[in-house]
Amino acid sequence: MLLRHTTAKEIDRQALTINPAKTCQPVGAMYAALGLHGALPHSHGSQGCCSYHRSALTRHFKEPVMAATSSFSEGSSVFGGSSNLVSAIETIFTVYDPDVIAVHTTCLSETIGDDLTQIISKANEDGKIPEGKKVIYCNTPSYVGTHITGYSNQVSAFIKFFATATPKKRNVVNLIAGWMEPSDMREIKRLAKVMEARTIMFPDMSGVLDAPLTGKFAMYPKGGTTQADLIAAGDSKFTIGLGAYSTEDACVKLENKCRVRFEVIEIPIGLKATDRFITSLSRHANLPVPDEITEERGRLVDLIADNHKYFYGKRVALYGDPDTLIPLTEFLLTMDMKPVYIVTGTLGKHFDEMMRDLLGEKIPKAKFKSGERADMFQLHQWIKQEPVDLLIGNTYGKYIARDENIPFLRYGFPIADRAGHNFFPKTGYVGATNLAIQILEKLLDHTDRTCPEAKVEWQM
Amino acid sequence: MFLEERQTQILTKGKEQRHLEGGKASAAGSVSQRACVFCGSRVVLYPIADALHLVHGPIGCAAYTWDIRGAMSSGPELHRNSFSTDLRERHVVFGGEKQLYNALIELIDKYEPKAAFVYSTCIVGVIGDDVQSVCRQIEKLKGIPVIPVEAEGFQGTKKDGYKIACEAMATLIGTDETKEVSPFSINILGDFNLAGELWILKEYYERMGIQVLASITGDGRVKDIQNAHRAALNVVQCSGSMLHLAKIMKEQYGTPFMKVSYFGIEDMSDALYEVAKFFTSPQPLPTGEGLSPSPVERGLGGEVLMERAQELVKDELTRLLPALEPYKRALQGKKAAIYVGGAFKAISLVKALRLIGVKTVIAGTQTGNSEDYKLLETICDDGCILVDDSNPVELSEFVKQTGADLFIGGVKERPIAYKLGIGFCDHNHERKLALAGYEGMLNFAREVYETVCSPVWRFVK
Repeated sequence: MLLRHTTAKEIDRQALTINPAKTCQPVGAMYAALGLHGALPHSHGSQGCCSYHRSALTRHFKEPVMAATSSFSEGSSVFGGSSNLVSAIETIFTVYDPDVIAVHTTCLSETIGDDLTQIISKANEDGKIPEGKKVIYCNTPSYVGTHITGYSNQVSAFIKFFATATPKKRNVVNLIAGWMEPSDMREIKRLAKVMEARTIMFPDMSGVLDAPLTGKFAMYPKGGTTQADLIAAGDSKFTIGLGAYSTEDACVKLENKCRVRFEVIEIPIGLKATDRFITSLSRHANLPVPDEITEERGRLVDLIADNHKYFYGKRVALYGDPDTLIPLTEFLLTMDMKPVYIVTGTLGKHFDEMMRDLLGEKIPKAKFKSGERADMFQLHQWIKQEPVDLLIGNTYGKYIARDENIPFLRYGFPIADRAGHNFFPKTGYVGATNLAIQILEKLLDHTDRTCPEAKVEWQM
Repeated sequence: MFLEERQTQILTKGKEQRHLEGGKASAAGSVSQRACVFCGSRVVLYPIADALHLVHGPIGCAAYTWDIRGAMSSGPELHRNSFSTDLRERHVVFGGEKQLYNALIELIDKYEPKAAFVYSTCIVGVIGDDVQSVCRQIEKLKGIPVIPVEAEGFQGTKKDGYKIACEAMATLIGTDETKEVSPFSINILGDFNLAGELWILKEYYERMGIQVLASITGDGRVKDIQNAHRAALNVVQCSGSMLHLAKIMKEQYGTPFMKVSYFGIEDMSDALYEVAKFFTSPQPLPTGEGLSPSPVERGLGGEVLMERAQELVKDELTRLLPALEPYKRALQGKKAAIYVGGAFKAISLVKALRLIGVKTVIAGTQTGNSEDYKLLETICDDGCILVDDSNPVELSEFVKQTGADLFIGGVKERPIAYKLGIGFCDHNHERKLALAGYEGMLNFAREVYETVCSPVWRFVK
């Protein structure tokens, strides 16, 4: 009983967060920055932040995660971190030689008021940034928003520092990837390719955080959106943002800067969200949906039909990030399941509205919560009050799943105790099929292990 | 490729006259594998299972250290939860004291813990929160020790965090006298009960007839720590984290201490023999005036301690040595790279690897000091590269140069080793495999074997 101290009775909490369903901004910025080819993320703050974020990402992806730190000392907190950042820039270009340093801030550097714009332009004037190299930055105070906000801020910085409009628009659609796995990005790119649409995806962690083992250590793996593509994104004729929380800000900034119109839709998780993505891409790339994709959709529907009686009515608790939870909740409903408890530490009206829309009539008793104290302790208390058949979320759900003996599907960030999430997609029709099969496996394995002998299913 | 200012922190044994420099601050901009002050204090204190550990700061610091070590408890498991004040922008502007006060009240009312530790993270001092005063207020109100751990991340290195943790614990020690204490009592300092390692050690000492009064902090309890000053001896492992507490206790209570390691056959056996010896020989008085009679001389019947220790070691070795043989044969001549947190761990590893036929070709640590490195150097073979506060570029270059077959390190090194196509053993705090004691040695040998001799490396091009 890992969480034996959790009780069903809810206590009134005004100040205390227990077992968070979120983390802080900088790790999101670090993750997004890894999706730019040849970039080294840089954490402007204490050494620990960088170490924690690298560890969290390393555990999740089982891949080397490179990032540098300003290594603040006591002096930096008094006199500011400017000299740390300037010497960091020098060190990084000397030793690690990236194409781009992507600086993000931390709670400390924000609180002491370091002005990155000024520090970096001074470093540039003083010749600390070699010819052809770039230092970009974004502000990611840990006490505002969550890791999702940090991701969004980093993606917006890509627009600010790269996207450029020339007089000539190109017949290209930008795909701004919200927080998802490299495998999810790879799958979305595959769908675009099947449709023969010309797209630019950013950020793009495929080929970075799912790199092959070659016997060599590459500081900068092959993948990642190139600078050239990011610059050209300003000439694309349309942008599709995948996930409002992680990409809407970048979409708006790109429109303001380069007059690229945009649409923000959900990350294509599940049948309906993928329908919307395919429709949007088809319309804006002005291309028909090829049979190959329609057949993939058909196979997904086939799978759900074959197994609908196993999905029916299953109560699900889920937690994680809003951009994932919204389409995931929708998909569970598509399969006639019952998402009853949904929690995200990322605050937002959009999430609450979407949940009300999705669940309001179908599952009026469903409970959902976002923002402060929307934590896993809360979720666990709900589960103790009335149990669920399935739990979906990151590794930390293991504590609850073990204590309550609930089938548990790992989805989200971080997943430290399982592999494969960066290999097999959960986006697109194929990803949805993968997801549906995983859910089915969890449910049926549990039933097979726990049901009376007479009920053991020998054929479906 | 290497930074010039890092020259003094890299050394090849036998080729150079100088010694390795440790304890230097990392250069800004380095991809350092080091963590921060907060991390140091958090990992040391968190295994105290019946205390509250409240992280005062933005959410990240609590999220990343949630159950960070998998330190096991035989009873309460409050420590495995993550408690945070989740500071937001409004707190940064208007201060977070009220949030801290309320969070503490909510926590203590709900869990009725025996004590509470409150960790300050980076911005707490900068926004001007008076954590000490909040702790004092709550302590008065709730009647339990509420201890501020002022471990702002930027105030130094992880090692400084250990020191702050020791000082926090020192305020607990000496505040209770109700536990029964045997004349042959020790405190185990610096074992965190990863994978139940403390339980292995405790069993050894108990087999010898020694009472483990307080385990600090693995499977730790507030009351044990409050009584810790009454033990006859402090046995300190992982000297990096707990030596400071041993020194404080020596100064305040005259408790003598000895440094040990539980890793590898030699060190483990020494740890038992030395403790037995302590109880049978006269001890210098804390005042520095002459010697006091040992418990044995005082006629407390401890003559058998050494006998039992010898029996135990014989017993364990009779089982262990033949079991190690096949691994030793398979691993003969393999080469290892070590990059771990502290120097003592590195020293034990070099010895343990030698026992199973593996030669250490790279030995480095994140937090070793110059003194530690002198010792590490004497133990290593000629040609071994010694390194302080290294980074992935250096480490992968050294692996290439030396042709190492195995890397021993922590979470951030693992995928780098694999990408280089060599084996890896986790010797950090995330591991789930007991490496202490005699059974730990066997586990270690098996783990080294299973990774170094894995067929997968043959498929790497």
